[in-house]
Amino acid sequence: MLKSMVWVPVLGGFALSYAGKRSHDKNLIRNIQDDLGLTGEIPEYKPVSRDEKTIRLGLIGFGIRGKQLAESAGFVHPETLSKWKESYQKNKEEKLYPTIMGQDSLNVEITGVCDIFDTYAVMAQEAGANIHREGLEAKLTNLPKRYKTYQELIHAGDVDAVIIATPDHWHGPMAIEAARAGKHVYVEKPLTWSVAETYEVRKAVKESNIAFQLGHQGRQSETYIKAREVIQKNVIGKVSLIQVSTNRNDPNGAWVYEIHKDANPQTIDWQQFIGQAPFHPFSLERFFRWRCWWDYSTGLSGDLLTHEYDAMNQVFDLGIPHSAVSSGGIYFFQDGRNVPDVLQTVFEFPDRALTLMYSATLASNKERGRMIMGHDGYIDLGKSLTVYADSASTRYKEKIENGIIDPALPVYTYTPGIKSLDAVTSATSQYFAGRGLMYTYRSGKIMNTTHLHIKEWLDAIRHGTPTSCNIDRAFEEAMTAHMGTVAYRENRKTYWDKDQEIII
Amino acid sequence: MVLSSSQKFWLVVLRMAIGWHFLYEGIAKLANPNWSSVGYLLDSEGFLKGFFNNLASNSSVLSVVDQLNIWGLILIGLFLITGFLCQYAMVAGISLLSLYYLSHPPFIGMRFAMPSEGSYLIVNKVFIEMIAMVVLFVFPTNRELGLDRFIFRSKK
Repeated sequence: MLKSMVWVPVLGGFALSYAGKRSHDKNLIRNIQDDLGLTGEIPEYKPVSRDEKTIRLGLIGFGIRGKQLAESAGFVHPETLSKWKESYQKNKEEKLYPTIMGQDSLNVEITGVCDIFDTYAVMAQEAGANIHREGLEAKLTNLPKRYKTYQELIHAGDVDAVIIATPDHWHGPMAIEAARAGKHVYVEKPLTWSVAETYEVRKAVKESNIAFQLGHQGRQSETYIKAREVIQKNVIGKVSLIQVSTNRNDPNGAWVYEIHKDANPQTIDWQQFIGQAPFHPFSLERFFRWRCWWDYSTGLSGDLLTHEYDAMNQVFDLGIPHSAVSSGGIYFFQDGRNVPDVLQTVFEFPDRALTLMYSATLASNKERGRMIMGHDGYIDLGKSLTVYADSASTRYKEKIENGIIDPALPVYTYTPGIKSLDAVTSATSQYFAGRGLMYTYRSGKIMNTTHLHIKEWLDAIRHGTPTSCNIDRAFEEAMTAHMGTVAYRENRKTYWDKDQEIII
Repeated sequence: MVLSSSQKFWLVVLRMAIGWHFLYEGIAKLANPNWSSVGYLLDSEGFLKGFFNNLASNSSVLSVVDQLNIWGLILIGLFLITGFLCQYAMVAGISLLSLYYLSHPPFIGMRFAMPSEGSYLIVNKVFIEMIAMVVLFVFPTNRELGLDRFIFRSKK
């Protein structure tokens, strides 16, 4: 009898140790969380109801980004879809196919497309007609109408709203035309190519009744939304320095995009491409790799600094900086471009007593991340959000001394897809998140931030709800980027005159 | 073969230590509402990579896998400690460990996001725990030192 019950003391010992461990962990979590005051709420996601009015979209520009935007709205070119399906069948980690197939319908239809390169225009029509998300087997009927000019598309009676994904020098004029015609606008970043047109776009949008969204899809990122909460609750104390970066190291990342084999003066409307840019004879390089020339582009400032700035504007409500200095050069991609491939821009916000420092290189991919540095702690903001206490923090001094907080370990981590407020951090989830093994989930579905960003704009069209990257945020984004660009190009410090709203 | 009492003693200690480990692994997962095997499954390498990735790609399959894992660990742990239906629990435990092993085999050239606390080549701690359970299976102690003493008494 006794022999059969040898396990009783062992199980008793287990129960006691477990109770001890649990109370220790709970105490730790309570201590840190009381201090942080974080709620751990994640944004709710409501799919578009089928009873909602169908919105008729016009697509302007169907290059790399235009194609992605159409996909995020639910319209994938059959050839692309077949490719995604194939690679998913080979490797289940390829998430493009399951993500698009699981993506909710936004209850929109594409009624018009415009691209000045014939091949892209036809592809846009085919994507727009692929309403059942099929591969090459798709039988496409009812192709959306192709317009030769954006003006005709904007003024078409069956277009309610437009998505603009053209080179930078066309963003402003197209957004203005659409706003004046009362068509809702989703326009890619940056808002404008020149300082002057920035005022015009803002005026046109404000005088109209349209829903406006600038294409900074990072606004939908759960980690930024959480970072904002962390800052608002003053978890890391006074922030005096924010460091953000761009780190790329491949031709595609440096805008050396492929030149399409069908492209030639007969298939491209070069006159229309030029627009307000200075005249230049037909050039395939300039057409496909337009980001490399100031004539059509805003360089690193407009393309990549804006993402970083807008993320920080989302977290901190920074507004337009007081001053900017820039330096850099064309150090690696000496391929005839005139925009820099290495750029540092430093913005000062004396009212907020902080500096935003941006550093970019297109020739090294060492990830420098985003670092928000406060007196009591710092935030490492990437695919996940990690908060550390500073070893010399005033606020956490006692807790650090008592061993409740270890400055070497995060006090708080937030990984999208995991509903955690995980003060006692799991190292593994950090590893997984850091390597991109975790995707953004909402209501149990893999989500793409661009899809959520477009959806927010469509919700605004239907219900008058606000968009997160509205025209005021867009104005701030454009002016900030222009201050950095002007500082670089004119080799001087630029200032923002708040009262007159001008760059001096 | 008749085992000496010290041989029996150490076999029982080994059985209970493994049981304890299983039980706590299960309970720790049960206690964490955010625990999921998704990252682990996606991190898989080796010839069963496709199988483990598939388990992770469907959310309903995944929740079944998670529950089986949690309760499998807890029950195997309890059965090992108490010596209840111990031989069956041992087979279940060996199977579970072989799945863990095959999902993250420490073979040459395999890289995992999952951090490992030691250095392994082919043999890792999962593998050793699995072999230890096989040893316990062929040297059973449960019919003498455990609840199975009651169950299998009539057959004796």
